Amino acid sequence: MKTPEVAIELYILLSAILFIMGVMGVLLRRNAILVFMSVELMLNASNLALVAFSRQWANGDGHLIVFFVITVAAAEVAVGLALIVAIFRTKKSIDIDALHLFKD
Amino acid sequence: MPSDFAPISALLILSVAVSLIIVFISRLLGPFHPTTRKLSPYESGMQPFGEAIRRIPVKFYRIAVLFILFDVEVIFFLPWAVVFRDFKLYGLAVMGVFFFVLMIGFVYEWKVGGLEWD
Amino acid sequence: MFEAPSIGDLNIAATLPATLLALGACIFLLVDLFVPKDRKYITALLAAAGLLTSLVLALLSLMNIIEFGSGETAFAGLYIADQFTDVVNVVVLFTGLMGVLVAYNYLDRIGKQRGEYYYLLLFTTVGVMFMGSAGDLVTVFVALELLSIPLYILSGFRWPQEQSEESALKYFILGAFSSGFLVYGIAMIYGATGTTEFRGIWLAVDEIIAQDLSSKYLLLLGAGLTLVGLGFKVAAVPFHMWTPDVYQGAPTSVVAYMSVAAKVGGFAALVRVFASGMSNFVLDGATAAAWQDTMWLIAALTMILGNLVAIVQTDLKRLFAYSSIAHAGYILTAVAAAGSAAVTNEAAQAVAIYLAAYAFTNIGVFAVIISVEKDDSSNTGLDSLRGMSRTQPLLAASMTLFMFSLTGIPLTAGFVGKWFVFKSAIAADLFPVAVIGVLTSLVSAYYYLRIVWLMYFEEGEPQVYIPWPLASAISLAVVGTLLLGIFPYLLQEMAQDIVLAFGR
Repeated sequence: MKTPEVAIELYILLSAILFIMGVMGVLLRRNAILVFMSVELMLNASNLALVAFSRQWANGDGHLIVFFVITVAAAEVAVGLALIVAIFRTKKSIDIDALHLFKD
Repeated sequence: MPSDFAPISALLILSVAVSLIIVFISRLLGPFHPTTRKLSPYESGMQPFGEAIRRIPVKFYRIAVLFILFDVEVIFFLPWAVVFRDFKLYGLAVMGVFFFVLMIGFVYEWKVGGLEWD
Repeated sequence: MFEAPSIGDLNIAATLPATLLALGACIFLLVDLFVPKDRKYITALLAAAGLLTSLVLALLSLMNIIEFGSGETAFAGLYIADQFTDVVNVVVLFTGLMGVLVAYNYLDRIGKQRGEYYYLLLFTTVGVMFMGSAGDLVTVFVALELLSIPLYILSGFRWPQEQSEESALKYFILGAFSSGFLVYGIAMIYGATGTTEFRGIWLAVDEIIAQDLSSKYLLLLGAGLTLVGLGFKVAAVPFHMWTPDVYQGAPTSVVAYMSVAAKVGGFAALVRVFASGMSNFVLDGATAAAWQDTMWLIAALTMILGNLVAIVQTDLKRLFAYSSIAHAGYILTAVAAAGSAAVTNEAAQAVAIYLAAYAFTNIGVFAVIISVEKDDSSNTGLDSLRGMSRTQPLLAASMTLFMFSLTGIPLTAGFVGKWFVFKSAIAADLFPVAVIGVLTSLVSAYYYLRIVWLMYFEEGEPQVYIPWPLASAISLAVVGTLLLGIFPYLLQEMAQDIVLAFGR
């Protein structure tokens, strides 16, 4: 059976949509965990674009970056969740609108 | 090519349409007599109790974070294992360095008590 | 068939200062586990020793006494060992050393004397070193994260104090957001050129321009997103919002280190990615690279906003946060100048000189703030310096010198930095930006010299606490600021061998 070829533009379009969803999520969401998940969505949109380009150029460089992005994202998750838990214990809230100690 | 997507789009449209139609017809034709018992969530015949969303002790979160860190490292081991024979001693040395760094993290985690439940 | 590389091909010797410090940080992490709680000075000493060893190696390499490789690449092109690498290494290692000096007693005072502080600082330093020597977009990304993630933790080091936690979470969310942009930018650049190595990108850009391929738009998008990602790191307007809050909330010893190290790393990466990898990205027969206009616009905005908002600040940490934004603008002017092919190397030299001058001065400023700060992180207002010349004449004199240097008054390091930056901007036909730079420097004189006025001409009894490590850090900063200011050729000599462009 022949596997249908999907044009590269469609992958990039999908990754762009995911990326913009991630950006909008960061800008519009008020819950720190959801903001953080939106950041992960941005990183994974990049991963999709990298893998698609990697196939387009027929070299492995794109795959290589994806490995690093996944690992770094895991490290970010560890630090980020620890920070969110710490701030929840102090403030009893993870609403980022509640972060207003500093003013000009 | 766009035409390749025709079968899956047809399936998508059909499944959405069928489920909508079924919901609509059953609402139109079926009798509708709500009671408290009928409206309560189904929990295998038991009386539902407590909140549906409960807080989980933060200890589980710590285990999850420690797990994901070491879990993700496996994505480096897997491709390495595939080409291990071609890389000979070089591959072993490089993975040795990686493993050394990973083990430092593990020893730290162990020593500061990250693996203790209480 | 596939040929396995040998370990000799990696050319590890070329990366010695950075890899040695990375190894040291890992080993200190293990050693620290067995150091008892009341003897954390052992970890501090070990960290200082590690930084000093790398600093000596990097200095020797900078002065070409020993060569780790001139313009050579290591790790199959991921790492470039050239003069720019050496300058960045020296600057950041010195900053790290000062960071340990200013932190030791401060951590005692706030009751957070923990070994983690020192090796997280070492990891950050390693991250900056790898950013300065990046030969590949992968290195830029991983090094950026190695620089940022420990800084997120350090900002929140004073938990459960609310300010510290809040600044850490803000820094973290915006930092992660910016790295999302950076990765997407990297993906687009890779999509346009088919490689992530700077040399490969440079060659591919030449081809794209020569044949006028449509992938130039993809490259433009990639360059823009990368600029957003790195702009967050160096706190350029309009990506500067996190800076004042983070600087105000984070422990002051962290801010002293971070305000320099994160900037050095960010600008090193900007120079590597834009000046080195894409300096030949010229669209439609223009004379300068396509990213130059955006870059100088951001530079101008950053200088104007940073300096104007700093005027109304009453908290020292917040004031110097805006001041650091303003200085990012001056350095960005030089980065923008690098877009003109003829001045690329001169501009990169100006960036290196400015960073070196800024490192000495700024860490000194924050060391002085640490000395007046109370244990509960209060008393960082402008009032805390009032009348300092009566009780602490030496400290007041040092602070005055730092203020002069930040303003850019001759015979201080800051003047030398500004001189080279504006010179490169004029050489690149960016005359309006240079004028904005000079004018905003005049504006900045108001709030810098107001601090001098407060110390000398107003009454007050400031309480200071200066243990010897802090005193030695301030003295080192004074010596550095004066030395580089009086003998500018030191900096010039150091930077003149910086050659970035490929194939020229």
